[in-house]
Amino acid sequence: MEELDVEPTTTNIPASEGNHLGFVWGPGDILVYDTIYKSSGSVGTCSSFIHEVRKDEDIYSPILRKLFNESHHIFVGLQTIREDLPNKNKKTQFVSISKNYRSVIRACMEELQQVADTELATQYGNQVSILLAIELIWNLCEVLFIDAAPGGSLLLHLLDWVRLHKADVDEKAQEVLQSESPTEHHGYWDVVSATKTLHSYLMQGRMDEARQMLVKWGVLKPAARSMYKQMDNLLSKMPVYNPGGSQTLTEFDVKWRHWHDMVDHSLQDNSFASDPNLELICKILMGDEDAILEQKDLLSTWYHFLVTRLLFSHPTVKPTELHYYAQSCLAMFDSRSAPEPLDSILLAAFEFDIHQVIKDCSIALNNWWFVAHLTDLLDHCNLLQSHNLHFGSNLREFLLLEYASGLFTHHSLWQLAVDYFDHCPEFGRVYLEQQIEHVPLDTERKALKVLRICEQRQMSEQVRSICKIMAKRALRNNRLGSALSWSIRAKDAAFATLISERFLQDYCARGTFSDLDLIDNLGPAMLLSDRLTFLGKYREFHKLYGENRFSDAATLLLSLMTAQIAPRSFWMTLLTDALPLLEQKEVRLPPKVNERNTWEPEMSSLYNLSVKPMTFQDEDVEVTKVELLRLALARNLAMAIVKEGTVAV
Amino acid sequence: MEGTNAKYVSQKISKTRWRPVSSSSLQQPDVFATGSWDNEENKISLWSIGEEISGMEAEFEGDPQLLCECKHGGDVLDLNFLDQERIVTASSTGAVSIYHLHPNSQTLSVSQCWTRAHHYPCDDAPCTGVVCKSPEIVTVGEDGRINLFRADKQAVIRTIDNADSSTIHAVTFLRTAEILTVNSIGQIKTWDFRQQSNTPAQILSQAGDRVPLHCVARHPNQQHIVATGGQDGMLCIWDARQGKAPASLMEAHTAEMWEVHFHPTNPDHLFTCSEDGSLLHWEMTSGSETASFLQGGRNNSVLSRSAVAPAGGGQSLSAWLSGDSSKGRLETTHMLPSQTLSVNSLDVLGQCLVCGTDGEAIFVNRQVPV
Repeated sequence: MEELDVEPTTTNIPASEGNHLGFVWGPGDILVYDTIYKSSGSVGTCSSFIHEVRKDEDIYSPILRKLFNESHHIFVGLQTIREDLPNKNKKTQFVSISKNYRSVIRACMEELQQVADTELATQYGNQVSILLAIELIWNLCEVLFIDAAPGGSLLLHLLDWVRLHKADVDEKAQEVLQSESPTEHHGYWDVVSATKTLHSYLMQGRMDEARQMLVKWGVLKPAARSMYKQMDNLLSKMPVYNPGGSQTLTEFDVKWRHWHDMVDHSLQDNSFASDPNLELICKILMGDEDAILEQKDLLSTWYHFLVTRLLFSHPTVKPTELHYYAQSCLAMFDSRSAPEPLDSILLAAFEFDIHQVIKDCSIALNNWWFVAHLTDLLDHCNLLQSHNLHFGSNLREFLLLEYASGLFTHHSLWQLAVDYFDHCPEFGRVYLEQQIEHVPLDTERKALKVLRICEQRQMSEQVRSICKIMAKRALRNNRLGSALSWSIRAKDAAFATLISERFLQDYCARGTFSDLDLIDNLGPAMLLSDRLTFLGKYREFHKLYGENRFSDAATLLLSLMTAQIAPRSFWMTLLTDALPLLEQKEVRLPPKVNERNTWEPEMSSLYNLSVKPMTFQDEDVEVTKVELLRLALARNLAMAIVKEGTVAV
Repeated sequence: MEGTNAKYVSQKISKTRWRPVSSSSLQQPDVFATGSWDNEENKISLWSIGEEISGMEAEFEGDPQLLCECKHGGDVLDLNFLDQERIVTASSTGAVSIYHLHPNSQTLSVSQCWTRAHHYPCDDAPCTGVVCKSPEIVTVGEDGRINLFRADKQAVIRTIDNADSSTIHAVTFLRTAEILTVNSIGQIKTWDFRQQSNTPAQILSQAGDRVPLHCVARHPNQQHIVATGGQDGMLCIWDARQGKAPASLMEAHTAEMWEVHFHPTNPDHLFTCSEDGSLLHWEMTSGSETASFLQGGRNNSVLSRSAVAPAGGGQSLSAWLSGDSSKGRLETTHMLPSQTLSVNSLDVLGQCLVCGTDGEAIFVNRQVPV
């Protein structure tokens, strides 16, 4: 048994005091109920409530439903990426898929933010912050694992990452720049916020914007004009690596060192000593950790600090060196408090410990959506080593199954889960088989949809079970036609026999067939069961008889009798039906020489009927019927013999 | 497909219908209604796609905006506009309701309801289809019953019990007082309300096959031409006046076809959607034969494989009835980007098309090439 990573969370069940609780595992949820047993050993009373405990309550958020639906589409697209693509093409595809996932998260977040302003603010506010964290982690994983940028471009990606998640700078800059022109209204020019904006730009490596601010600033101090010009020069000369260009990383490094020396030089000769603001900027450019840390409130997070520090002191940082800087930055930025879960997750990512990231996310987040999709994507990138679990198959499949099982318990999202199960090679099918039978079938249309899912996957067991449920329901509601249709669809011979019997009983009772439209149109489905065949053929006999095609009718009736598929209880009816045919003078029974033989079974069964004690209520009528039949048969036999003899002569 | 806009709506959509526009104006529709299914609480919703901004060609980006919504008991199995302000719905609880849209306050409310319009002896039966020809409303259900209602009259005008031994899946008006139903054993039945008898005037079916039929649409100009779609995803065109077999059969989808619609003003175009997640646009590129739609074909040959319709009597067979006889005449286009979940419903009016899916999305296309 492995150690627990965290203390399990407690869910309080509003049950009666002191009673033991009983519970049942459901496919996704747990049912909890009160028992009559008390902890003290005595037996008490219990409440009559059953509580449903949901594992994954995010599934029930109406806005997150959009996330699930949209990402399902991306997920299915990802599964169909061909294995044989060259690695380079694959990587671009994976990155674009990762971006698609993130844009869905962002869209969802924006919508949540709009709603959060109006109602249910706390609940939605919570979801927004979770989505923010998810997007932040996903983006970092995309940069480090999926895109896997080498030294040089790595920093550029990290800068983008920080800029995207610290977008409030632009809003502030907008405010500052829109305020009255600084030269005319000195009083309104907010030096403090302007400084802050300048620093923010600087620390995100946005040199052009920083220079613009600097120019506006410089206007205020015409005396220090040359100093500002020198600073502007420094900022403009800062080399930026261009991964698409012809410049090699070494060349860039040389250039960058040269610039670094230039900054160092200006700092040493006290060029900016008269202006503390400019001196601070210069220190930041030097990568002076203390100077950067002074701007803690602007950085707001340790990972921003990390990126800024790398920008000004190690712009060619390699992926393998990241973890060292990350650890020290986390320690320097906030040495007092223990790291939050988000900090540890990001740190694990910087350490390239993918499994730790996934594990921590599973614990910290209250939904499976994120880990399932991220793990699946990483697995497609071949980044997960075969990590043996003590249960299930592998990490990807385990997480997907958890997520899909959660979806399946949802009254509406269960359809999405099917595709997830499909892409779990080991246990997906078993899960689907287990769960699909629990989908409530309120209407035939829903039943058809579930059936389609099962039929596409050759789940014959489930197909039979669904059809049987529908057939039984139809039968209960006295809809014989529907019931028969369902059992024909399931190829359920036993049930078809049962329903055919009901049809025949109804016929015996009422003398007419119900549901003729169905029975007349059985077609090849008739062959499903003997009884059904009999029903169809017997109806055909009536049709022929009704059309005065007596000869054909007689042949059919005869074959029905000789094939022995009629139920015993129906023999009397059959023979009664034969009566007028036997007595008709112009009717020739099938002109075969061995005619006598063919009627023999009939004779014998007639014998059976008359000898056996009859169970009919009206015995007199039955006895008369039998007598009539005997007479008719005897006369017909005589006619046949005469005819046979005539032919022989 | 260009111009198609997706909106995720957090409910599986079972039906979408455009609100009719007055026939005199050439205006495009701008409001549609949707019904949901399989939700804890189902809804009828009204959406606006907003005004087209003139002068800016690429400006079709506006998302449909929710105008109003109203609770609906049970799954919405069918939905149709009775007129511009009234919507008739069919529910899985067997109820048939009329929703009234109050144009001033932009709210929806139930104005009339027939509970248990469809039922078994001791249970409710889902009402599967409804069709309106104001003021008449015809409903069909899993109980095999046909009901005729009149809006504003609470009493049922006519009921045909046991009209079908299996489930009736869809219904359409052939002409006044005549309707056509399709059922789950592949039959098409026509009924005449002027007749007192409770038996169908006519039964059509595919020989030997009992493929359940799920949807039916009548040609807007030639009332005898009927298109159906069934479980196998095949599109069948029937001539209701003659022949017991379909006039032509076309392979369309790989799973249940849930809806088929002729374009109301340009019936050379036909649209189908299916459980397989696709929406197809069928176009009869008949050129000179376009005119034949406007004439009634009175030819006795229903042979689907005949390449050229005989010119006898100056009248030719409708192009739909001769089906895919010669290649290139019938073109099909996919209207949606690939997606896996069922497209349950579609509606087309003017140049606008709307459809709803089990992926909880609505797709709107305002530039349908018709």
